[in-house]
Amino acid sequence: MSQTDSPLPRSRAKAARHSLSGSLERMLPRLVIAPSLAVALFFVYGYMLWTFVLSLTDSGMLPQYDFIGFAQYARLFANERWNVAATNLVVFGGLFIILCLFLGLMLAILLDQRIRQEGALRTIYLYPMALSLIVTGVVWRWILNPGLGVESLVRSWGFEDFTFDWLVNPDMAIYALVMAAVWQASGFVMALFLAGLRSIDDNLFKAAALDGASLPKVYWRIVIPCLRPVVFSAVMILAHIAIKSFDLVMALTGGGPGYATDLPATFMYTYTFTRGEIGLGSASAIMMLCGVLAILVPYLYSELRGNKHG
Amino acid sequence: MSALNILHVDKTFGNTQVLKDISLAIESGEFLILVGPSGCGKSTLMNAIAGLEPVTSGDIQIGGEDVTWRTPAERDIAMVFQSYALYPSMNVRQNIAFGLEMRKMPKAQREEAVARVADLLQITPLLDRKPSQLSGGQRQRVAMGRALAREPQIYLFDEPLSNLDAKLRVEMRTEIKKLHQRLGTTIVYVTHDQIEAMTLADRIAVMRDGEILQLGTPDEVYNDPVDMFVAGFMGSPSMNFIPVTLVSRDDGYVLRVLDEQDPTGAPLELPWPPAREAQALHEWVGERLILGVRPEHFVEDETRMETSFDGTRLDVMATVVEPTGADILLQATLSGTEVTMRLGPKSQVAAGERVALRVDMSRAVLFETTNQRRVA
Amino acid sequence: MDNVIRRRTPGARMLRAGLYALLMVMALVYLLPLVVMLLTSLKPLEEIRAGGLLSLPDSLTFAAWLKAWGSACTGTRCEGLSGYFMNSVSIVVPAVAISTLMGALNGYALTKWRFRGANLCFALLLFGCFIPFQVVLMPMAQTLGWLGLASSTSGLVLVHVVYGIAFTTLFFRNYYVSIPDEMIAAAKLDGAGFFRIFWRILLPISGPIITVSVIWQFTQIWNDFLFGVAFAGFGSQPVTVALNNLVNTSTGVKEYNVDMAGALIAALPTLVVYVVAGKYFVRGLTAGSVKG
Ligand SMILES: Nc1ncnc2c1ncn2[C@@H]1O[C@H](COP(=O)(O)OP(=O)(O)OP(=O)(O)O)[C@@H](O)[C@H]1O
Ligand SMILES: [Mg+2]
Repeated sequence: MSQTDSPLPRSRAKAARHSLSGSLERMLPRLVIAPSLAVALFFVYGYMLWTFVLSLTDSGMLPQYDFIGFAQYARLFANERWNVAATNLVVFGGLFIILCLFLGLMLAILLDQRIRQEGALRTIYLYPMALSLIVTGVVWRWILNPGLGVESLVRSWGFEDFTFDWLVNPDMAIYALVMAAVWQASGFVMALFLAGLRSIDDNLFKAAALDGASLPKVYWRIVIPCLRPVVFSAVMILAHIAIKSFDLVMALTGGGPGYATDLPATFMYTYTFTRGEIGLGSASAIMMLCGVLAILVPYLYSELRGNKHG
Repeated sequence: MSALNILHVDKTFGNTQVLKDISLAIESGEFLILVGPSGCGKSTLMNAIAGLEPVTSGDIQIGGEDVTWRTPAERDIAMVFQSYALYPSMNVRQNIAFGLEMRKMPKAQREEAVARVADLLQITPLLDRKPSQLSGGQRQRVAMGRALAREPQIYLFDEPLSNLDAKLRVEMRTEIKKLHQRLGTTIVYVTHDQIEAMTLADRIAVMRDGEILQLGTPDEVYNDPVDMFVAGFMGSPSMNFIPVTLVSRDDGYVLRVLDEQDPTGAPLELPWPPAREAQALHEWVGERLILGVRPEHFVEDETRMETSFDGTRLDVMATVVEPTGADILLQATLSGTEVTMRLGPKSQVAAGERVALRVDMSRAVLFETTNQRRVA
Repeated sequence: MDNVIRRRTPGARMLRAGLYALLMVMALVYLLPLVVMLLTSLKPLEEIRAGGLLSLPDSLTFAAWLKAWGSACTGTRCEGLSGYFMNSVSIVVPAVAISTLMGALNGYALTKWRFRGANLCFALLLFGCFIPFQVVLMPMAQTLGWLGLASSTSGLVLVHVVYGIAFTTLFFRNYYVSIPDEMIAAAKLDGAGFFRIFWRILLPISGPIITVSVIWQFTQIWNDFLFGVAFAGFGSQPVTVALNNLVNTSTGVKEYNVDMAGALIAALPTLVVYVVAGKYFVRGLTAGSVKG
C-alpha cells in the first residue's frame, strides 16, 4: 500500500547520505566537540598520566625519566612535612566543611522567615565569594596580625591581657585559615541551602502547621531531611575547595609559621617549583587527585543512580 | 449553633481580591461542598478556614469561638491538600502518625490509628514506602489517611478524589459518605465532580471570582438556580440556554423562540405553565429573555398522540447522537440554537432523522439577558 | 516559608526581634573585613600604627591608593599594580570570550544533536571541573615551554581556556537541555543547518546563560592565583600574583594602607560584577548543585 510512495523519500535520504554536504552536516556536531574533547584528553587525562609517570621517576629540578617505581611515594609518606600537610588538610577540611554547613544552614533558615531586606542581607553574606582568595588572605592577615589587628583593638578597649595570636602561633595558625575560609565560603553554602528551601512546597509547612508541629520541629523533622541532597552537594563542593586550597594559605600564612599550615596544595607547589623535587611533588599531586576521586566517585555514583530513578 | 461561621471574609493577594465578602454558616455535622471554576478561590477559602493564610478582613468562628487569629494547630482542623503535601522524607506510616505524635498521643494508640486508616483506605501494603514511591492515587489516599487518623472538629478536603481512577473514586466516595454518617463530623469539601457534589453534599456553595453565588441544598442549586452561571455550572451536560421573547396572550404567557437564521418562518412558541405564573413576569412582556431547559427535561414523544397536545411538542432534526450507556445524548438544532437532550436508552433515534419531543416546561427557568439573574 | 498564622505572644515577638538582631550582627561580621580594608586604605601610616583598627580616618588620604596603583614595590620592581591590572584584563577578556563560545557550541552539539557517545563526551569533559590543578602544573609548564608560550599572556589565556571549557560546557548543556527539542526539529524541517540553528534560534535565547558563564569565567580567571604564579613571567603576571608579591615584599617599612588599597584594587572588578549582576553570579555558583 505504501510501496508506491516509500521509494521516493528513501532514495532521497540515500542521496543525502551520499552527498558531501549531507555527510558533513552529519559530522558537524562531532567536529564541533572534537577540539574540546581533544583538549580534555590531552590536557586533563594526558597530564594526569604524565604527572603519574613523573611521580615514578627520579626527577629533580627538571623532569627526566629514570623510573624508580613507587619510591617517591615511600619518601612522601615518610616526609614529616607531608604528614603535617595531610593532617592539616583533615583538620582544616573537616572544620571548614562543618562550620560552613552549620553557618550556611543557619543563615538560610533565618533568612527564610519572611525577612525584610532579605535581598540586601543575602548580598552581604555572599559577597566574600566574589573575592580572590589572595585578597581574603591579605585582609585577614591584616586583621589577625597581633601587633595592630584585633588583638590590639581589644586591648585598647581595656582588656590588656587579651591575646589573639593565631597567625604566629604554630598550634593555632591552621584555625586562622579555617576562619578566613569559612568567612569566604559560608555565604555560598547559604545560597545553596536557600535555593533548596525555596524549592520546598509551601504546603508542607501548612500541613505541618495543621498537624500541630512548632516551627523548629517543622524544620528539624520535615525541612532539613528534604535538604539532604543539598548537604551532599555542599559537602562535595566544600571538600573540593579544601583540597585545592592554595591561594589562601599562600596569602594568609605562607604555610607558616615554619610549615605549620602547609596543605598538600602548597606542599606540592613548594617541592615542585622551589625545591626542585619534581618527582616528589608529582607524587603529592597524584595523592591529591586520589583524594578528590575518593569523594567524587561516590558522589557521581549516587547522582547517576538518582537520575535513573527520577 | 453553627460549627463554622464565616463572617464577611475578604482576602487580597497584593492587588487582587481573591475572596470578596464571604459569609457562610455551617451547621455542626453538615457536609458542605464548594464548587466553582478553577481559580475562583476555593483553596484560598479552605486555607483561610484552617488559618494557613490570614484573612484580610472579616471573622472566622469555630464552635462559636472567634478563631480568626488562632494558629492552625489551635483550630482543631484536619485538611487534605490538593497537592497532597506529603512529607517526602517520611514513609507513609510516619506521615499518617506525625500529627498524632505532635499532639502527644502515646505510641501504641498512634499505631492503632495508623492501622485503622490504612485498612480503611487500603494502603496497608504501602505503609513502609516513601511518598516518592507511590502513584498519584496512592498519594492521595495517604493524604486522606493523614487527615482521617485524627478526629478533629472539622475536616477540610480540597479535591481529595481528583486523581483516583473511576472505580476507586466511586468506592472512596461511598467511604467518605459512610464515614461522615458514622462520625457526624463537619466537613467542607471542594470538588469539580458534579456527581460527588450532588451525592455527598448536605448543601452546596457555588463560587465564582471569590464570591458565593448560591448556597443551598443540592436540589435547590440544581433545580432552582439563582442565575445563569449557577444553572450552567451545575449539571452535566449543562443546561440549554435558548433566547426567547415573552409574549402575553389571553390564555397566559408564551415564549417565542427566536430564530436568527430564519426570521420569516413561523416562530416556535412554548406556553409558560399557568401554574408558574410568577408575579413579576408581566414586567418582561415583549422583552428578550433566556429560557433554561435541562437536557433531561426533553422527553421523546413516542405516542405521537395529538390528544394531550399542550403546545410543548417539538419536531427537531438530530445532528449528533451520543449513547453513554445509561442513556442517549442527542444534539439538535432548535430554531437556530444548539440544544442537548437526554433520552432514554431505548430510543431509536439516528443522526439526520427527525424526532418528536416534548418539553417539560414546569421545570424550565427564565433569566434576564443583561445580568443573567433569574426571572422565573 | 509559608504565611501560616502563628502565635503573637510577647515571646514570639521577642524571638523575631532577636532574629533580626542576629541577622544584623552576622551581616556586620561579614562586612567587617571589607570595612577594615577600606578604612585602613584611607588612613596615613602613622594613624594605623597608633592602633584603632575600626576608627574612622582622622585625615583622609588617597595616597595609599595612588601608591598601590602606580609606585608600590612588587618584588624588585616598583611600578604599582597598574601594569598587572592590565595584564589581568588582557588575560581575562580573550579567555572568557573563547571559553564561553566553545562552551556554548559544545552544549548545543551535546544536547540538540545527540550523536552516539554524546553522554560519554560530556562525562569526559565534565571531569575537568573536578581535577585538582596541581596534577596538571608540571606537564603544563613543559608544554607551554615547547609551544614557546612560557611566561606569556597567550600561554595563560590558553591555560584558562583549556580548564574553563569544562565549566562553560556544563552551564550551556544544562541550559539547552531544558529547551524543547521541537524547536530545533522545526528548524531542521525548515532546512536550517547546524550553525544557522545555533545562530538564529539558540543564541538569541541564551542571554541569561551567557551572562552566567561570562561572570563565572570572569571571576574565576580574575581571581586565579595558581596558574598565574606557576606560568606567568614578569611581563604577564596577573594582579593577584602582584598583590601577593606586594604584600610579601619585605624591603622597607610595612605599609598596611598600601596593602589594603592594593587588595581593594584587585578585588574591585569582581566586587562590581557581583553587585551589578549578583543574581547571575549565584546562578553560576549553584549551577548543577541544586536540582529544581
Ligand atoms: N499566594 C498567592 N499569591 C497570589 N495570588 C494567589 C495566591 N494563591 C492563590 N492566588 C490566586 O487566587 C486565586 C484563587 O486561587 P485558589 O487556589 O483559591 O483557586 P481554586 O478555586 O482553588 O482553583 P482550583 O480549582 O484550580 O484549585 C487564583 O487566581 C490564584 O492565582
Ligand atoms: Mg484549589
